[in-house]
Order: sequence, then structure tokens, then C-alpha cells
Amino acid sequence: MEYFVQQLVNGLTLGSIYGLIAIGYTMVYGIIGMVNFAHGDIFMLGGFAALIVYLLLLSLFGGVPIALALFIMIIVAMLMTGLWNWVIEKMAYRPLRGSFRLAPLITAIGMSIALSNFIQVTQGPRNKPIPSMVSSVYDVFGISISLKQIIIVVVTAVLLTIFWYIVNHTPLGRAQRATEQDRKMAALLGIDVDKTISITFIMGAALAAVAGTMYLMYYGVIVFTDGFTPGVKAFTAAVLGGIGSLPGAVLGGLMIGLIESLWSAYFTIDYKDVATFSILAIVLIFKPSGILGRPEVEKV
Amino acid sequence: MAGTNTMTKDPILKVEHLSMRFGGLMAINDLSFEAYRGDITALIGPNGAGKTTVFNCITGFYKPTMGMITMRQKAGKEFLLERMSDFEVNRDAKVARTFQNIRLFSGLTVLENLLVAQHNKLMLASGYTILGLLGFPAYKKAAAQSIEQAKYWLEKANLIDRADDPAGDLPYGAQRRLEIARAMCTGPEFLCLDEPAAGLNPRESLALNELLRSIRKDTGTSILLIEHDMSVVMEISDHVVVLEYGQKISDGNPDHVKNDPKVIAAYLGVEDDEVEEVIEEIEHVTPGGPL
Amino acid sequence: MANISNTTESASSNLMARALREAFYAGLVALGLFVLFVGLKTDQNILNELILVQRWGLLAIFVAIAAVGRFLSVAFIRPYLEERKAAKAAAPAQEAGFVARNFSMIAVIVLLLYPPVMVYFFGFQGSLKWVDNFGIQILIYVMLAWGLNIVVGLAGLLDLGYVAFYAVGAYSYALLSSYFGLSFWLLLPMAGIFAALWGIVLGFPVLRLKGDYLAIVTLAFGEIIRLVLINWTAVTKGTFGISGIAKASVFGIWSFDVSAANNFAKSFGLPMSSAYYKIFLFYLILALCLITALVTIRLRRMPIGRAWEALREDEIACRSLGINTVTTKLTAFATGAMFGGFAGSFFAVRQGFVSPESFVFLESAIILAIVVLGGMGSLIGIAVAATVMIGGTEMLREMEFLKHIFGPDFTPELYRMLIFGLAMIVVMVWKPRGFVGSREPTAFLRERKSVSGSFTKEGHG
Repeated sequence: MEYFVQQLVNGLTLGSIYGLIAIGYTMVYGIIGMVNFAHGDIFMLGGFAALIVYLLLLSLFGGVPIALALFIMIIVAMLMTGLWNWVIEKMAYRPLRGSFRLAPLITAIGMSIALSNFIQVTQGPRNKPIPSMVSSVYDVFGISISLKQIIIVVVTAVLLTIFWYIVNHTPLGRAQRATEQDRKMAALLGIDVDKTISITFIMGAALAAVAGTMYLMYYGVIVFTDGFTPGVKAFTAAVLGGIGSLPGAVLGGLMIGLIESLWSAYFTIDYKDVATFSILAIVLIFKPSGILGRPEVEKV
Repeated sequence: MAGTNTMTKDPILKVEHLSMRFGGLMAINDLSFEAYRGDITALIGPNGAGKTTVFNCITGFYKPTMGMITMRQKAGKEFLLERMSDFEVNRDAKVARTFQNIRLFSGLTVLENLLVAQHNKLMLASGYTILGLLGFPAYKKAAAQSIEQAKYWLEKANLIDRADDPAGDLPYGAQRRLEIARAMCTGPEFLCLDEPAAGLNPRESLALNELLRSIRKDTGTSILLIEHDMSVVMEISDHVVVLEYGQKISDGNPDHVKNDPKVIAAYLGVEDDEVEEVIEEIEHVTPGGPL
Repeated sequence: MANISNTTESASSNLMARALREAFYAGLVALGLFVLFVGLKTDQNILNELILVQRWGLLAIFVAIAAVGRFLSVAFIRPYLEERKAAKAAAPAQEAGFVARNFSMIAVIVLLLYPPVMVYFFGFQGSLKWVDNFGIQILIYVMLAWGLNIVVGLAGLLDLGYVAFYAVGAYSYALLSSYFGLSFWLLLPMAGIFAALWGIVLGFPVLRLKGDYLAIVTLAFGEIIRLVLINWTAVTKGTFGISGIAKASVFGIWSFDVSAANNFAKSFGLPMSSAYYKIFLFYLILALCLITALVTIRLRRMPIGRAWEALREDEIACRSLGINTVTTKLTAFATGAMFGGFAGSFFAVRQGFVSPESFVFLESAIILAIVVLGGMGSLIGIAVAATVMIGGTEMLREMEFLKHIFGPDFTPELYRMLIFGLAMIVVMVWKPRGFVGSREPTAFLRERKSVSGSFTKEGHG
């Protein structure tokens, strides 16, 4: 039983990270109907930004209180990836808006290849390990919960609340939802569609950057290829939850985190990704628009 | 209006107790009607009366909640359409349809659109692709025949000059005619047209009437059409069924329906107790007036 | 008169001012983008701790390139392009030249002559690189892209896991030839059939999914197959891969095994060289490619091919015409998979070694990119795209002279995928419908007019 709860906690942590990345996929998909394949690499970029900031803080001040360090890392990583995603959207996706559906998908894949190789070229191909930043572990009824896990879950929950509030209760969120429904009509009603889309990309990137920072803190290592697997998992999470739905993305992320940790705990770690992908396929076969997705009505 | 042999009517399509529920909405409620062989039957009614839903049930795109739809072919074979999937309704029961918002293969040429419609026949002739791939002459012959068939319908729909243009490039009226020609290329016994005259100008509308009449005359295909344009309905249909709120309110020849107070009330939107007044008014109006 | 020159002058000075302003912003943005990733480099010191190395000079170069590039683009390149566009619009459409009209014929002749010409210029040993790394490599991708084209370009089904069928083909050959010693000529068709069966097995449950849902599930299947290949070590030897895969023979008559009695070189009394085998492989893959092309061209004129394209245009209309869309999609999936399987078994025979490393998602992405960059549905466009993208990046391996410019530490190969990714973006933005955007009709009454890309759809499945 304790073992099971322990795995639940681990899965929840992992799922939070997937959920944060998945939101970026789902928001972008919701607003322009495009799968932003480069999003996983934006996450990796965020992790690298956090890493460099951390090293910078160490070399400049010797040591900084860990809470402050984490805060600065998150903020800088968010700004950094926000800027990157803003430029990427402007240069690679905007010229293709309204054209062929596959064209932006291909540029996104190209961008993903370019970004990971850019980091490989500029930062080197090797693993980047850092000493453990946060090491306290608490024992709660026989289950060990590390401070890292608490930070990850709490930060995720806080950010989700903030984003949920922005999307549902602010003029910006209203503009986003309107653009999502009908881009032309939104533009006619005076919504700056380009700006709204840009902000959506920046928001998605900022969440991915937080996920990247958390990933770095949790695993203590990052490498230039780290965008791919979490990226695909997060995309899977977004689709599983119903792409376009914010709660769906979080739910999908948590589900995938749980599936992974439980499968690794009770069956074999080798096939954990096979399990994840198989469950995705099975869910989609029975519920073709994901768990919380709106079913697509076939208009005849 | 030339009601062909009104006495011994042979139903080609029988709709019995058809109901269709979407969530809490009863789109069609216990609808029964018949369409007769060789007739042009019109399904009319105010917006939201459930006409297109009836169509989608007949052609297999929706599964009705209740009811039975029987299609009886000339050779006597019967099909229960509500049990068949959409493509089988066309392939086996020989019921073809068009769509309210035109659905052409816009990137294929006009000719190719008509060849796609002859898919099942050609599949058979090509030995499910394998014999055709090996260049068997039987397929070549069938392919040439299918082009002849396409040409026949292109002539009829007056599209022969645009045969090699992309379908998406045609003007609206021509697209409507092409969609009908494409449906006819599947060799149907029963043709369902969803608002074929919508968006046509008067000249195109006339051409459409011409096309529909010649389809009936030359191929003996029975037609069921949904239409808003009353001039088309009254002009060419032999039999009219009127729907309101998913129920049948009138059924008969155009003259009968035109003078049915329930129909007038439905269209003019009057209360039930005012119907009497309306009837009185009608009696003073000359027949053939606008409806 | 003075007035006019005044306005043009002020317009051009306006343009310059705008260009300078935009250049400044571009520099600023570039500074923001690159300050952490280029200005600082994470490196390991002797104690294996991460430290930061400062590279402000390099950062300055990046920023300068961004600013100058933006300035040139706004001030000169864009006005020039607009002018040319206007001039082009004014000029009447030109009749296609001799080369354009007979492009496929010429291409086939060039390809047939390619190996002897390379041998003539570089000798047997020197030709290896050109025949193998360029010729065979590009043709494998041409074949894969033509196979995927059936699924994506014709039927409009987005498949992100195509590499799975490539893997099935490669492993079918590798396993059956090493466990049972079956010959290549028997296993080539079998590999295609296995891949097609897998296409049906994987396709059947998922083909009712639409668009991006289909894409992610195909991606998932691709990953599942790769992960199974990695983890099922008893059969596949996992990440070690299967090595020592038997070579193909010339229809069993001549062998390329050095020890065999009927060795090709021995039979003809030629000096020993591995070049013969490579040249043989070149013609083999060329033949496979041509078969793929011929079958695709034929299929397009058959009812099934037309149904695929109709499916891409409008699935509901297809069903209203009595077309069983499920079997139609499945045949597209299976046919595409079959060609992937052929290519896979060829890949195994060429490498003599297969491992799951070769079948990562990136391969699927590259193949899909080639299909879209070439122009969906167009065989010639796709072949051109494969040549440009694969040949172009292979070229980077050959850029030894760059070492003289950037110093001996410079490895152009490192930049290969970076440039590949950027090229994908640039080409797509420049030509969103690919190199060949128009579609050739499959039948005509009077004249064959190609259909402009603005009418064709890309499918939703």
C-alpha cells in the first residue's frame, strides 16, 4: 500500500511536468489549430536557460538562498523562452497562417530539429549535470516525499490557477477564446488577433520554461535532446485529455505520469513508454476526441 | 405536375414511424410517408422542420432513433435503409444524394469527379485493382465506358466544355449541376437532392428543372428533393410532403398541399384559431397564387 | 518633375530610416535570444563541475548578423522581390522548356549513367562515396517519400510513424536471413508483404480518427515498434542491433561475398573492389524507385487511386457515392507501408547492419518533410526535394575546405541537422505548397490541364 502511494506521488510529480508542457500544446492548438512540434524543444530551452542562470548566480554571488535562486531561474527562463517562442511564431508560423494545414506542421518539425541542434552546437552535446539543489526529504506515514516533489506540485497548482483565471476571467482570455472560436469574426470585433496569438505562444512557452526548470531541479541533469521525449509525452497528454481543453491537458499529463510510474513499479520499466502509447491508442479508439475534448460532430 | 399514372402508385421508398432524437431535441417525430416510383417527390417545410435530418436518415448518414425506411428496387429487391451504413445505401440500395452545401472534389477535374462516382463498377472491372494494374483489357474497356458515361452526363448537365477544369473552379450553378450529374453516375434508382436550387439565379433554376425532368424521363429515376424555392417545387413535383417541427402536416399533390390550411398556417406562422380565417381568405385568392 | 524626384527621395530616405530602425530592433531581439545560449557556454572543468565560459565576441557577431541581415532585407531584398513579383505578374506565362517537358526522361537517363560517370571521374575507390553516400542515400529517401506520398499526398492521411514500416521491412530481412538463411530476392517481396500487413493491423483500429489524432496515434505506433525492437532483446538483440546481414546477389547468379566461388569480380576476372557491390545496389534501388513510381502513376489512374484523392478532397462525399472509405484508407495505408517495407529490406541489405537507432521519429519527420516540401502528390517534386534536402546535407560532410576558414576544430557535420531544420523552415515559408504545387489530372477529355494547388485539399484524416 505504501509502495503504491509512493508511486502515486512520483507519478503526480512527473505528471505535473507533463501537464505544464501539455498546456502549451493545447493552447496553441486551440487558438490556431496547429501542432507546435517545437514546443518540446522550447521546454528544453527553458531548462537550459534555468541551468545557465543557476551557474551564473553561483559564479557571481557564490551562493544564493535556494528559494531566491529558483525564483530567479524561473523568471528568467520564462522571459527567455517567451521571447524565443514570440520570434519563432513571427518568423516561422505567421507567414503560413491560413495556408495549407501541413505547412506549419513541417516548419514546426524543422524548428524542433533546428532548436535542439542549436543548443547542441552552442552548448555542447554532453549531459549537463548539476549538484542537487534541493535535497530535503520528508517522511509522511511511511511515504517519502521530497521537497522537490512538493515544490513541483505546488508551483504547478499555483500556475494553473493563475492561467485558468487569465483564460476565463480577463479581457485577454476573452480575446483568446474569441479568436479560438472564429478568428475572422474576432478580428472584425476589434480584437488584435496577431497580438492575441503571440501572447498565447508566449504564455505556452512560459509554462514550458517552468516545466523545464522543474525538470532540471528534479533530475539534476539536462541535455540537448531532452526536448523530444517529454515533448512527445506532453503532446500525447494533450491529445489524451482532448486537445484544445486546458483541464484536459492537465488531466492527460497527470494520467501519463501515473501510468508511467505505476507501470514501471509493477511491471517492467523497459516497456513503460509502450504502455503509455498503447493506452493513448486505446483511449482514442473508444473516445476519438480525447477524454475531455469536445466530440467532433460530423456535419453532413 | 404531369402526375404519371396517379391511380396505381408503386412506392419506391416507404418511411414508417421515423423518429430521430438529438439529446433532448426530437428532430423528427413519428414521420411516415411514401415516395412513388417515377415521381418527383418534394419534401418542404419551414426552416428547422427536420427535412435534412430525414435525408440523412434515408441516406444512412444518421441512424434513426426509431422507425423503418424501406427502399424497393425495380427488380423487387427490398432494403431496410436504416440498417445500412452510408456507403452501402448508395452501393447496394442504389440511393444517391447531393448536399445542401455542395460537396465536390474541388481539386479533381469535373471529369474525374464523375469517374470517382463510378468507383464500385470500375473496382469490379479492374479485379479490385490487381488485374487493372497488370493492364488487362477488360479494365481498359470498362474505363472507356465510364468516360462515355461521364460524357453523357456532362452533356446533360451542360458541362461538357468545362470537363477538364477543376471542379472548384466552376461557378455556383454549374457546381450544383455537377453534383447532380455525379450522383447520377452512381446509377441510382432513387435520387435525393438537398436544396438543389438554393442560390441559383432564375436562369440556372430553369436549367435545373430541365435537368431534373430529363433525368426522370430518360432514366426513370425517382427523385426526392428538399426545396425552399416554391416555383421549383410547384413546377416540377408530382407529390409534396410538408414537415413542421419534425411532423408531417400535409401530403398530396401540389394543388392539394398548396391549399391545405395547415400548410399555409405553418408558412405564414399563424395561431391555430386563426387558421379558419386564413382559409376564408384563401378561398378568395385565385389558385396558382404565391405560396 | 522636381516634385517627383523629391517624393522618391523622401520615400527612399524613409525606407532607409525604417530599415535602420528595424535593424536596431532585430539586433536587440537577437541580443535577448542569444545572450544566454551564445554569450555563455556551459562547460565541464577538471573536477567535472559545470562552469560558464564567456563568449561575448561570438554573441556580438550573432547580433551584428541579425541587425545587418534585417537591414539588408528591409532596405534592399524586399523591395527587389516585390519589383520582381510585379514584373513576373506582368510577363506572360512562358511555354515550358525542353528540359521541363522531358524532365522525368532526362532524370532517368542521368541516373542510369551516374555510376559509370562517377567511376570514370573518380576511379572505382573514389566513386564509392558518390555512388553510395549520395546516390543510394538519396534514392532510399526518394523511395520512402514516394511510399509515404500515397498515404499523405494522395489519401490525405497524416502519418507520423511511417518509419515503423521501414523498420518492419529492415528487420524482416535481417531476422529471416540470419535465422533461416533465406535469400534477398525471396525476402524482398516478403518484407513488403509483412509491412503491408502491419499497415493493415495498425491502420484498422485508428483510421476512424481524424487529423491530428490520427497523427499522434501513428507517431505512437512508430515509437512502440521502435521500443519493442529495443527491448525484445532475445530476438532483435536490442540496441546492439543485428550485424553481418547477408549481402544481396545478382539474382543468385553472382555473389558479392569475397569467399564465394561465384564472386562477381572473380567471375569476370576483375580486380577485387567493394565498388561493384555498391554500383549493383545503386541500380537495385533505382529499379525499386522506378517500380514505385510506375505503380503510383498507374494506381492514380485506377479507381482506387481516384478514390484516394477523392478521400483527401471530401470524405463524406465519397461515402455518399458508395465508396467504402475504411477499406479505401486501409489500402492506402497498406500500399504505402509496402513500399516502406521494400525500402527497409533494401536498407538492411545495404548497411549489413540494422539497429533501432535507424528508425527514430526524426526519420519519419524527414520523410514527411520531403513529401510536403516536394509538393504533396507530385512524384517529381518529391524527388527534387529529396535530392535537395538529403544531398544538400550530405554535401556538408564534404566541406573540408571550411576547416581552413574556421580553423581545424570546425566540424561542418555538427551543423548538418541545424541547417537541415532551418532549410525546412525556409523552403516551407517560401513555397507553402512545395516545389510542385499543382496536380496532374488522371483523365481528360480534350486537354490535360494541371490543377492549381489552390483547389486541391490536404485531407482531414
